[in-house]
Amino acid sequence: MLGLNKKDTSLLIIVGLLTLLAPFILNPFPEGSAMAQFNAGYPDLMQRFVIFGIFAIGFNILFGLTGYLSFGHAAFLGVGSYSAVWMFKLLSYNVIPAIALSVVVAGLFSLLIGFVSLRRSGIYFSILTLAFAQMSFALAYSVLSNPKFNLTNGETGLQVYADDPQILQGANSPDLPHLFGLPMRATYTMDVGAWSFDFNAGYYLCAVVMMVVFYLAIRIFRSPFGMMLRAVKSNQQRMNYTGLNSKPYTLAAFVISGMYAGLAGGLMAAMDPLAGAERMQWTASGEVVLMTILGGTGTLIGPILGAGFIKYFENIFSKINDNVLHSWFAFLPDGLEDAVVFLIHPFIGKGWHLTLGILFMLVVIYLPGGLVEGGQRMLNWFKNKKTATDDTKSGKTEPAE
Amino acid sequence: MAILRVKDVSKRFGGLKALTDVNLSVEENSVHAIIGPNGAGKSTLLNCLVGKLMPDTGTVLFDNASVLGLEPYQINQMGISRVFQTPEIFGELTVMENMLIPIFAMRDGAFRMHAYETIANEKTIVEQAESVLEEMNMADKRQMHAAALSRGDKRRLEIGMCLSQNPRLLLLDEPTAGMARADTNNTIDLLKQIKDERDITIAIIEHDMHVVFSLAERITVLAQGTPLVEDTPENIRGNPKVREAYLGEAA
Amino acid sequence: MDAILLQILNGLDKGSAYALIALGLTLIFGTLGVVNFAHGALFMIGAFCAVTLQKLMNLSFEVVDESQQDFLGNPLKVETPYVEAWFGPEVGAAIIDWSVPLAILFAIPIMLLVGYVMERGLIKYFYKRPHADQILVTFGLAIVLQEIVKYFFGANPIQTPPPDALSGSIDLGVMVGFDPNAIIYPIWRLVYFGFAVAIIGAVFSFLQFTTFGMVVRAGMADRETVGLLGINIDRRFTIMFGIAAAVAGLAGVMYGPLNPPNYHMGMDFLVLSFVVVVVGGMGSLPGAVLAGFLLGILESFASTTWATTTIPGINQIIIYLVAIIVLLTRPRGLMGRKGVMEE
Repeated sequence: MLGLNKKDTSLLIIVGLLTLLAPFILNPFPEGSAMAQFNAGYPDLMQRFVIFGIFAIGFNILFGLTGYLSFGHAAFLGVGSYSAVWMFKLLSYNVIPAIALSVVVAGLFSLLIGFVSLRRSGIYFSILTLAFAQMSFALAYSVLSNPKFNLTNGETGLQVYADDPQILQGANSPDLPHLFGLPMRATYTMDVGAWSFDFNAGYYLCAVVMMVVFYLAIRIFRSPFGMMLRAVKSNQQRMNYTGLNSKPYTLAAFVISGMYAGLAGGLMAAMDPLAGAERMQWTASGEVVLMTILGGTGTLIGPILGAGFIKYFENIFSKINDNVLHSWFAFLPDGLEDAVVFLIHPFIGKGWHLTLGILFMLVVIYLPGGLVEGGQRMLNWFKNKKTATDDTKSGKTEPAE
Repeated sequence: MAILRVKDVSKRFGGLKALTDVNLSVEENSVHAIIGPNGAGKSTLLNCLVGKLMPDTGTVLFDNASVLGLEPYQINQMGISRVFQTPEIFGELTVMENMLIPIFAMRDGAFRMHAYETIANEKTIVEQAESVLEEMNMADKRQMHAAALSRGDKRRLEIGMCLSQNPRLLLLDEPTAGMARADTNNTIDLLKQIKDERDITIAIIEHDMHVVFSLAERITVLAQGTPLVEDTPENIRGNPKVREAYLGEAA
Repeated sequence: MDAILLQILNGLDKGSAYALIALGLTLIFGTLGVVNFAHGALFMIGAFCAVTLQKLMNLSFEVVDESQQDFLGNPLKVETPYVEAWFGPEVGAAIIDWSVPLAILFAIPIMLLVGYVMERGLIKYFYKRPHADQILVTFGLAIVLQEIVKYFFGANPIQTPPPDALSGSIDLGVMVGFDPNAIIYPIWRLVYFGFAVAIIGAVFSFLQFTTFGMVVRAGMADRETVGLLGINIDRRFTIMFGIAAAVAGLAGVMYGPLNPPNYHMGMDFLVLSFVVVVVGGMGSLPGAVLAGFLLGILESFASTTWATTTIPGINQIIIYLVAIIVLLTRPRGLMGRKGVMEE
């Protein structure tokens, strides 16, 4: 279907169904129950799942296929957000031109940065992209927000003000980001017994966009172009002696992934019309690297899994505080309860970054293939166990050699 | 007609003269071996032919066009393919993909943004790759990762990748270095078969005299960065100068 | 003229920090072939060694002084640091006053230990892994270290004043014949610069004049050959990692009085130090030092009012701009050699 083989088609359909039904799947616990804090089916979080999914899918096209580790992709995300908010300010709150511009601007920006950074490979490349991202952060945070030339509005963040031109903003259109009149914040809540499910317009826009770009990513992975990108990772020397110029291939991959990042940034602004410089910091770049690796570098589904995993646990961990912990461990004797809470305390709430850092190290050390590899290992383990028991069974009937 | 002409090529590395006034022509559809003791400048010469090094003086003409200053991929596109001392293949890719890449490179040139096409739909290219794999006796290994192949098979794959581009000149850099005798003999047989079945010129740099005398039609002996003598294998064998510079030393 | 000299001097303190961190990065990279994204964290840990020592020295017990009264008429509670009680008020006060320089003694064993544990416990398993994995695992470690420090010391910068005798400024201009008040320069900056020069000198002479250093330099040039000579290069490289950690840590200890340490100072310096290494030429120790001072001074010139009014914010991006220009014109950096760390 759609030019994909069977396996890829079923993967696409599964991901499609999961995103479509996410409001149900992510809210398995009844409202008001003790487990409700583990629900993730509210619009804001679901939007983040798919937006960061897009970001990570794009990053994986560069890192997973060519092996070039960029530490500056947050810059493209930030540029996308700024472009989208500028579209809101100048044209109207319609999200289509905003998202389109964010992709285009991020593409041009990544072309520029990629052109310079890709003159070197390996560690140099990583350091260069990191430096560029920090420079973009400095530009956005202070340099480009002076009275003479205010492009980013500095620390406050770029937002829409009442005196902005908004030349295409109709009299009746909503005063918030919308898709031809449908506000992104519009949410339909369905109550079924004790459960409550939110269907949010913004989420579904992001979900549709993600499905489209996920499909494109599959096409790239399966195309001759994708094969050439894997050849870049595998052996550039052989590639060059085979009559292929590896530079434009790598640059193309860089720009494509930059456009994915810009798209994610544009969608972020479309959900909440505000763009701040902190989106461009190195920590944000590190986060997308982690998502991709955690999920499984170079696999199709990995980045989406990784993004979902991290955003989900970020949300849960940030919500847990000492009181919650005490209620969980109330069954323990008092002294032990306090000790357990004391031990867990540094990792929760504001300590999420500590957990993230530890997770990062553990994944790189023990599971370089990420969750996908972990899943495969488990499957193999079960299979082996099964064959092992089969063998012992057959061993009884047949004499061993 | 000479397909490759090296004229007055010199190259120094600091104080070391690696090549001095090298003149050499390789006739079309011949097998030409370049031999010489260690440090004679064989590898430097080869690197000057493929664009990895730029000679200080002199010219290198392939089919009457200069290759100096060109990138390796441009030289390949002119019709020169190179086999490395240790097989350079795409280890993480399958054998089939290894074979597809050079054919795509030949059809589409140094870069093409074919991101929305599917490999399976490129029927002619897949067929070509299949037929080269057959020729190399590797069809049953097409789904294996190239890194998992045996040393001999890696060499076979690399030669196959070069042949799939129908190059006019095939450069081989010590193709049997570090190989067991059986693998060496297989490689010799393969190269003989290629020589017989295709219109191709082969230039080979080799240490192993057994390989050289089994294959070559012309031999150039390089010593201390300059060609000592060029002749047929029979005459080289009997040449006292060569014995002194090279064979005598080995014997 | 005096204005130019002043800007050069102003650039020396940051330049010193860049040079010291970049020196350690290059040592680790040259010897172990590992890109250490946690090197900035070592700098930060050094600074927090000084913070910790200062806190320890100020640990006090309360005494109720019946002879004095506070403004409510209650007997005055006097905080007496233990060190003052043990060594007498004068010596004790001097120890507290000099806690930052004293922290050098405190930091050396700690940093060597941190470096040793880091190398043996983590980095060593990554020698044969791809560079991307090395970057990622040290990046994760940097986050962990900085979050731990944040957990114990909070997110706000902590003041670490220099000793009274070394605080304040002196009029350098008069000394070299300029008008009075032309070049007023904080003493601690001079101290920091001198300290940096001393450490750089020590590292270089160590590498130049000892057999140990000779082996390390040979290992930097060609690790395999040195390994084949039967020299246990690994153990020496472990020690080198410890030394690099100590250099970064000491740079951090003494940096506190210039800018109050906070938990993210390491990362701020790390990114710029990487740029310094790239500009200087990967794998070149003199290049790292030279580029460190050059970029520090350049940053200082870009921070003048004249520069910032002409191009707003130029001071924030100048280093990156220079790095781009250097890389476009001299891809191997100022003093990089061909074939060294090309990948």
